[in-house]
Amino acid sequence: MEIETHTHDVIVIGAGGAGLRAAIEASARGASVGLVCKSLLGKAHTVMAEGGVAAALANVDTKDDWKTHFHDTMHGGKLLNNWRMAQLHAQEAPDRVKELEHWGALFDRTKDGKIMQRAFGGHTWKRLAHVGDRTGLEMIRTLQDKGIHSGIDVYMECTITHLLKDGERISGAFGYWRESGRFVLFKTKAIVLATGGVGKSYKVTSNSWEYTGDGQALAYEAGAELIDMEFVQFHPTGMVWPPSVRGILVTEAVRGEGGILTNRNGERFMEKYDPERMELSTRDVVARSIYTEVMEGRGSPHGGAFLNIAHRGADYVKKKLPSMYHQFMEFALIDITKEPMEVFPTTHYIMGGVRVDADTTGTTVPGLFAAGEVAGGMHGANRLGGNSLSDLLVFGMRAGMGAAQYANEIKDNALKIDDKDLELGTEEMLRPFESEEGENPYTIHQALQETMGKFVGVFRIKEKLQEGLDELQVLKERASDLKIEGSRMYNPGWHLCKDLKSMLIVSEAIARCALQREESRGAHSRVDFPKYNDEVWGKVNSVISVDGSGEMRLGTSPLPQMPEELRKIVEGGYK
Amino acid sequence: MATAKMRVYRGDSSGGGEVEYDVPVEEGMVVLDAIHFIQANYDGDLAVRWNCKAAKCGSCSAEINGMPKLTCKTRMDSLPLDKPVTVYPIKAFPIIKDLVTDVSWNYKVRKTIPPFKPAKDTKWIMYQEDVERSQEFRKCIECCLCQNVCHILRNHDKKDAFAGPRMLIKIAELEMHPLDTDDRQAFLRTDAGLGYCNITKCCTEVCPEHIHITDNAIIPLKERVADTYFDPLQWLLKKFSGSSKQ
Repeated sequence: MEIETHTHDVIVIGAGGAGLRAAIEASARGASVGLVCKSLLGKAHTVMAEGGVAAALANVDTKDDWKTHFHDTMHGGKLLNNWRMAQLHAQEAPDRVKELEHWGALFDRTKDGKIMQRAFGGHTWKRLAHVGDRTGLEMIRTLQDKGIHSGIDVYMECTITHLLKDGERISGAFGYWRESGRFVLFKTKAIVLATGGVGKSYKVTSNSWEYTGDGQALAYEAGAELIDMEFVQFHPTGMVWPPSVRGILVTEAVRGEGGILTNRNGERFMEKYDPERMELSTRDVVARSIYTEVMEGRGSPHGGAFLNIAHRGADYVKKKLPSMYHQFMEFALIDITKEPMEVFPTTHYIMGGVRVDADTTGTTVPGLFAAGEVAGGMHGANRLGGNSLSDLLVFGMRAGMGAAQYANEIKDNALKIDDKDLELGTEEMLRPFESEEGENPYTIHQALQETMGKFVGVFRIKEKLQEGLDELQVLKERASDLKIEGSRMYNPGWHLCKDLKSMLIVSEAIARCALQREESRGAHSRVDFPKYNDEVWGKVNSVISVDGSGEMRLGTSPLPQMPEELRKIVEGGYK
Repeated sequence: MATAKMRVYRGDSSGGGEVEYDVPVEEGMVVLDAIHFIQANYDGDLAVRWNCKAAKCGSCSAEINGMPKLTCKTRMDSLPLDKPVTVYPIKAFPIIKDLVTDVSWNYKVRKTIPPFKPAKDTKWIMYQEDVERSQEFRKCIECCLCQNVCHILRNHDKKDAFAGPRMLIKIAELEMHPLDTDDRQAFLRTDAGLGYCNITKCCTEVCPEHIHITDNAIIPLKERVADTYFDPLQWLLKKFSGSSKQ
């Protein structure tokens, strides 16, 4: 089959923090690297991260160290984390943050000229390096600047639709240029998935359009395992009003800088739910608290809680939270230096994802690696704020290292691409153009978002989950025949067809895992099983994979055993 | 519910024209919502770039009623809805399709800017008051609205000779980084074409991040270059020291 072809040692899919960091590392280790991304370079979801990057630099609270960070992360994740990932993350985050500074990042400073750090939920010490409330932008610009001078070939606005294998091994990736709709083949020895999350399966989300679960779906279809997909983080504070901006993130830094949550009666309700940590409790707890207040009739006028930062003074708020100030001023016509914000939980992050080896980020498919939000394990049942940006850096770097090592060991690339796979891929992608009576992909997408919000939301219960799964089956049927208009040239309707396929796979995985786990842990809250069940569910990860007949297989696998010295850190009242 | 008439440019490099759509207006709705409504209900293939819909990524630039803006940040109630709302692609760059333009030139220019170069033995101590100047420029979300309105690029199409305001604040940010040791003055004068800017401040007016592009970046850069190349005393000092970095 005649097709535009590019050949590299390593292909990185996704150009957010993890993808850029992986590409930089793989290139530094001698691999020829292609970086493929759906959007323009520098627009990835990382750009939206606000509060900061967690690393035990101990610049502000000098008692901080990796052990405390590890301890906090494991408890934040309700001990379901992959201990080795949490360990590497805590140990390596400070070096990765300093490295950014060496590449030109300009973090806010302490009085003695070091990187400034702020408090965040679940972190014992002030730990988040930050730049006001635009830390993600700082990170992606720095990596982008480093990346464009690292000899990486960047393929922008290019969507990968299929991973290709030679036997069990990865041998290529197939996709299309968004601009022209032409198909393209990347021949490669190794692939790093760094495609981020799944939030666009939900209606109320802080995520950008790119978050359609591409990497999870590609890995699943290539035979890799997904773990812990039921753990979807609902960030406690998304915007509520006006409807157009519902779900947009209100950074946790508002609470980190002293923001107070109240209900319609003026009660500081976190006193009831977590009197010790109050507003800086972990995200799962704060999200459930706000949700409960609203459901029990104590919500704000537009159905949220009030979040007030005005008492810190206008100058301070504008200096430390400038984006929030402008966001509310321009979108909601509210001056947060004078009035409270209204907030409600919003779909923000998925803790679960592709199962990886902690040290190399290798998946269960040889040649396939995964880093960042697309990978599972690091955050267990609930992620602490700030631990995502550090995750991107630590495991982005390790993915680049792991993929380059793997690729460098294959001396002559004799890996084959099967023409049949290309034909099947082409045929599948062109089907919506030929459909006579297919459905509108936008309609199915809206229905999917409604379904996930209604049946697989903050609080879950068996009957609803089952109903949700039935709905998803119906939607899958309907989505098997989609119809679009226009040409292949920059056609968002066509792009959505592929995104929808990925979203349906991850949504089903989320719902199935949520139904299976009969307990409440971290971000997974079952009304019918409100307590932890450490004896059964505290000892296993949920596992999703594809079986021989193409059906989704659901199961569990035992948690990796933690070494004794780490167990002591976790069990100690560490400070 | 009120209805807005949206006149959206549809076409590609071979030509095109306005297409009118009726869109219901909700409270707080922005122009990008209207575009999404059109995609979902009328024309699924209407092309638009967007990512975050929160004014953080700078992807959705367009010309709304002739004014270059982020579509995600422009509230419908800020526009006169008794008249049709026009939405066009940004004009300084070649159209691909509908509201999507080819902005690859910006990426090419950006790659030519000499990168951050710290001293080998630096201790990485910097003070807040010293990083703030560059921090202002690092707020840039690369929406290219400043590039789009700059008359040197938009009306005179001097893309071969002038890097544009976005690139000048990128260079300013590096030049004002407390620990950078490189000297980009020759680059500024020749490759970046700094002299082309005649300080009309159009770029500053459209910046959605409210960066003082002209006052805080371009004018200081011009002063530095003028000092180095046209001040006889500086010229002499440079001869002896071999450096022009201030």
